[in-house]
Amino acid sequence: MSTPTTTSGPVLSVQGLSVRFRMRGDTFVRAVSDAHFELAPGECLALVGESGCGKSVLASALLGLLPGNAETAGSALLDGIDLLRADEQTLARTVRGRRIGLVPQSPAAHLTPVRTVRSQLEETVRELTVTPRPDIRKAAVAAAERAAFPADHLDRYPHELSGGLAQRAATALALIGDAPLLLADEPTTGLDRDLVERTVDELKRHTGDTRALLMITHDLAAAERIADRIAVMYAGRIVEQADARAFFGEPGPRHPYARGLLNALPEREFTPIPGLPPELADLPDGCAFAPRCTSATDACEVLPPLDSGVACHHALEAQRA
Amino acid sequence: MLELQDVTAGYERRAPVFRAVSLSVAPGEAVGLLGPSGCGKSTLARVAALLHRPDSGRVIIDGTPAGGWRHRAPRAQRTAFGVVFQQPRLSADPRLRLADLVAEPLRANGRSAEVTETVRKLTARVGLGAELLGRRPHEVSDGQLQRACLARALVLGPRWLVCDEMTAMLDASTTAALVAVVEEYRAESGAGLLAVGHDRVLLERWCDRTVQWGGLGASLTK
Ligand code: SF4
Repeated sequence: MSTPTTTSGPVLSVQGLSVRFRMRGDTFVRAVSDAHFELAPGECLALVGESGCGKSVLASALLGLLPGNAETAGSALLDGIDLLRADEQTLARTVRGRRIGLVPQSPAAHLTPVRTVRSQLEETVRELTVTPRPDIRKAAVAAAERAAFPADHLDRYPHELSGGLAQRAATALALIGDAPLLLADEPTTGLDRDLVERTVDELKRHTGDTRALLMITHDLAAAERIADRIAVMYAGRIVEQADARAFFGEPGPRHPYARGLLNALPEREFTPIPGLPPELADLPDGCAFAPRCTSATDACEVLPPLDSGVACHHALEAQRA
Repeated sequence: MLELQDVTAGYERRAPVFRAVSLSVAPGEAVGLLGPSGCGKSTLARVAALLHRPDSGRVIIDGTPAGGWRHRAPRAQRTAFGVVFQQPRLSADPRLRLADLVAEPLRANGRSAEVTETVRKLTARVGLGAELLGRRPHEVSDGQLQRACLARALVLGPRWLVCDEMTAMLDASTTAALVAVVEEYRAESGAGLLAVGHDRVLLERWCDRTVQWGGLGASLTK
């Protein structure tokens, strides 16, 4: 079982990943159901969906940061480690920071407020690398430079940074461990458009040819800008996985929900999908999108499997419509 | 007409965030105010909605100068505004069930008799089902909570709406849905809108006209 990691294998392989939360009265919130995807070196996968669809829970599952009432199934292999089975010590010592670099949602909150950027970078260098003491200062400066964080701001505290610089400081921290997987959880929330573009472009650049990037976002424009592939999540399920160019261009999304999401953009039709997503504590047996779907038929009372990238009984009709 | 004349405002007297900004919104008009984050446009939105006292300058609502700020504003002026902010979690009282969150302005203004009917109508309009109304903010998603905050902003039938980055945290479909609710309300009530944001594509699609923060005649302090 000690096959060495080859460069051609996936960085991350997620198979049948499910997460449910046990609630009072033995009810369950099924936050993620049967997710499958792989990430190759150099690849960027954007996981998109609305708030509450389960995408952040999926991220927490990969990082081993689920709350105590969570139960998981399936596997998530990274570098020979099953992230769902690994104990906390393994996750803390060998996964978070070292194998997964986390670019957080709100960098200002992620940075320690009472310490300068330099001291946080140095501490992370000490923790995650085997840099000899005298070289730590230099390594921290180099880490800042890698994320284009200006050297003359290193002695500032987080609250003295603009949103863009705080994001770069957080990115610099995420890159120190040289992790093969970058996980960006809503990295652009609340940023101005040009800052969004700069942030995701930098993420893409850091991904390079050897790392993989999993970007979790509700921002379709950010996803379109850098993703190679798109996975659309609805009510805890990945309902479509597609090549980004085909998804945003021609022939477009094949799942009715994904199509609705794109059409809601102000640069497209700006029409909302009617209704609300179902409660994750009360999911139907069949397709969870059926109550909102104009293509629904009796067939949709049976759960559609993910088949050649789309989980919908009428995916082709959807495309032609 | 909602008029801001030569408004200077900020949080420290000596260092205002902006100086001498003027802006007006005609009755029934939708004006988008575009600017980068941190430029002070949110502060301006708060001044416009009588929620923040400017250092100098005037706010005139339908011909009458603002008679005060925050709870000191005359009731008739205060209730002329419906306001929605970017982060529903910061603006919603975490102890209130969604139904009470929406109803609270009615109760605070002695209109409890209208609660049942109005809350039912408005929550349906923003797409919140009955099963969500008994939940507290931590039990719903950002999008659901923002729907409740929008219903609350409409509950007194305001003549002016101020939306400060209302959709910045939301997905495309929820964004389009909330904007549609605002526009439907405006079409039937004739209310004017000041929508503040950084998303040009969105504001240009949504509003009758957009103005750039830098073009307001403001001499900005940063
Ligand atoms: S399976 Fe049926 S209900 Fe679900 S998205 Fe496809 S057509 Fe719509």
